[in-house]
Amino acid sequence: MDKFTTLTGIAAPMPLVNIDTDMIIPKQFLKTIARTGLGKNLFDEMRYDQDGNEIADFVLNQPQYRDAEILVAGDNFGCGSSREHAPWALLDFGIRCVISTSFADIFYNNCFKNGILPVVLPADAVETLMQDARKGANARLTVDLEAQTVTASDGQTFGFEIDPFKKHCLLNGLDDIDLTLEKAAAIDRFEASAAQARPWV
Amino acid sequence: MTAPKTLYDKIWDAHVVHQDDDGTCLLYIDRHLVHEVTSPQAFEGLRMAGRNVRAPGRTIAVPDHNVPTTEGREKGIENPESRIQVEALDRNARDFGIHYYPVSDIRQGIVHIVGPEQGWTLPGMTVVCGDSHTATHGAFGALAHGIGTSEVEHVLATQTLIQKKSKNMKVEITGSLPPGVTAKDITLSVIGATGTAGGTGHVIEYCGQAIRELSMEGRMTVCNMAIEGGARAGLIAPDEKTFEYVRGRPHAPKGAQWEAALAWWKTLATDEGAHFDKVVTLRAEDIAPVVTWGTSPEDVLPITGVVPAPESFAGGKAEAVRRALDYMGLTPGQRLQDVAVDTVFIGSCTNGRIEDLRAAAAILKGHRVKDGLRAMVVPGSGLVRAQAEEEGLADIFKAAGFEWRLAGCSMCLAMNPDQLSPGERCAATSNRNFEGRQGRGGRTHLMSPAMAAAAAITGRLTDVREMM
Repeated sequence: MDKFTTLTGIAAPMPLVNIDTDMIIPKQFLKTIARTGLGKNLFDEMRYDQDGNEIADFVLNQPQYRDAEILVAGDNFGCGSSREHAPWALLDFGIRCVISTSFADIFYNNCFKNGILPVVLPADAVETLMQDARKGANARLTVDLEAQTVTASDGQTFGFEIDPFKKHCLLNGLDDIDLTLEKAAAIDRFEASAAQARPWV
Repeated sequence: MTAPKTLYDKIWDAHVVHQDDDGTCLLYIDRHLVHEVTSPQAFEGLRMAGRNVRAPGRTIAVPDHNVPTTEGREKGIENPESRIQVEALDRNARDFGIHYYPVSDIRQGIVHIVGPEQGWTLPGMTVVCGDSHTATHGAFGALAHGIGTSEVEHVLATQTLIQKKSKNMKVEITGSLPPGVTAKDITLSVIGATGTAGGTGHVIEYCGQAIRELSMEGRMTVCNMAIEGGARAGLIAPDEKTFEYVRGRPHAPKGAQWEAALAWWKTLATDEGAHFDKVVTLRAEDIAPVVTWGTSPEDVLPITGVVPAPESFAGGKAEAVRRALDYMGLTPGQRLQDVAVDTVFIGSCTNGRIEDLRAAAAILKGHRVKDGLRAMVVPGSGLVRAQAEEEGLADIFKAAGFEWRLAGCSMCLAMNPDQLSPGERCAATSNRNFEGRQGRGGRTHLMSPAMAAAAAITGRLTDVREMM
């Protein structure tokens, strides 16, 4: 997994609330057995018409947002299915950070496994950043994970909260499985005692 | 004297392998359910790292999302990508020695129906699956939730998950449900009341008289959609109904182990005075048969209602409603009962169990589906299908003009050939009405099996109470 430290980039505004994982990556693209290559189908049904032509006014089709690395989105981003294809598609497109007032739980966790930083901010802060995002390349945002801040183009800075363990893993690009396997002895002990306490499991 | 605990607290505490100072826990996983869509990359990850499945005996796989539901499917799946995914699961199950129900097995079905049916799901367990509707298993008083593919790989390799504890939320349904109102109406009404982010960061415990009065199947319907309310999981304390359901199932404990298990299960209730961070109470008497009108499961109204106006919503929701009504082809003020449907879909992990089929068949008996309407029933498992045939339900469906399909997820998410066409309107017993969910441009109205059956007869959204 790639580390996430700081990012300065173009932010695309997606003010719609409840953007679900079916919108982010429709089910026909879940038939892959790979993790990569989903970027071209990110937001597929919003981005392309029935014949596969780009829908010009969709935000990521507009010239100023084609290289967006940040999304500023409406409430409850990523609700719906557990498909990790959603963060895989975002990452493959080049999105490394999503900013919203709230995220669905499973999507939020999935982001951290893929080097994507989901940032939760209060509604007024998201609205300020949304206004910035509407300015396209004229208003780049800066996200600093170590400092836990998002800085708007006018220098206004918003602090965000993040779980210390998740932050540590993202800053260092750590693999969870390696970390857990260091605790293999504790898992062995748990299994032995659980086998006594709940042998039917 | 320890502080009073919720049911969630008790299950959590019984599964903590290790806790860091910051509260990050390693949680042991008792059952890992696996399907073909969210697992291939996880197994591939294991292979690349030279790792094994730590507890193959706790890991159960079944293909469900991609499988066709038409006869002859055991000969192979026509769609090459779907075929590759199902074949990958066949191979992974074999290579890693995990329990497997292939398409050719009568026990095959939707993973969340197969788990309880086979007795894999038991009270007090931790159950995960790379599927958000894992919440279903919470009906047994198990802590059950969906995970992403990276976490699937983590559980395969370590039989644990790295977790922070969620908050406790109580959803109480007081009183008894009126006639014609079902578990589906409860769960949709709760989401309508709390919103799709109402449960975010929480584990919901459903309780109250109306929940206690539900069968296990109804409780599974309620918990299934906890995720649609944003909750990590939903659960219901086990009781005699739970124990009766579990008793004698193939993988349920037997003999002395049954007695030991039962003794522990009976302690799995929230203690008097335990703290809930959030409480929502609904009166069962106030719940009506409901349908969704929009593209979010929170867009719920009683069938007697009218399509709302976008201006009646605050903030960003107004724009979302404008978009939803345009997508759904509905106009504010339109009576929901006047909305004509093209298709009826009965099935899914929400409503694909035997009771759901009984409820739909009870309405359909002696009736025909409206001319020109497409109607299909997709039983949740091969065993549900067989039982429905034995009870004569299949004959009722077929006589009414329904297609009688083989088990799978089918049109709930339309990864197999069962899909809606653009503009096609469907009365569905599934769980999501998102844009494109049942096929690009398809319009989904969520409802109970009885309501879907009523819609099949009249060809429009219909108040089932008028047909009882």
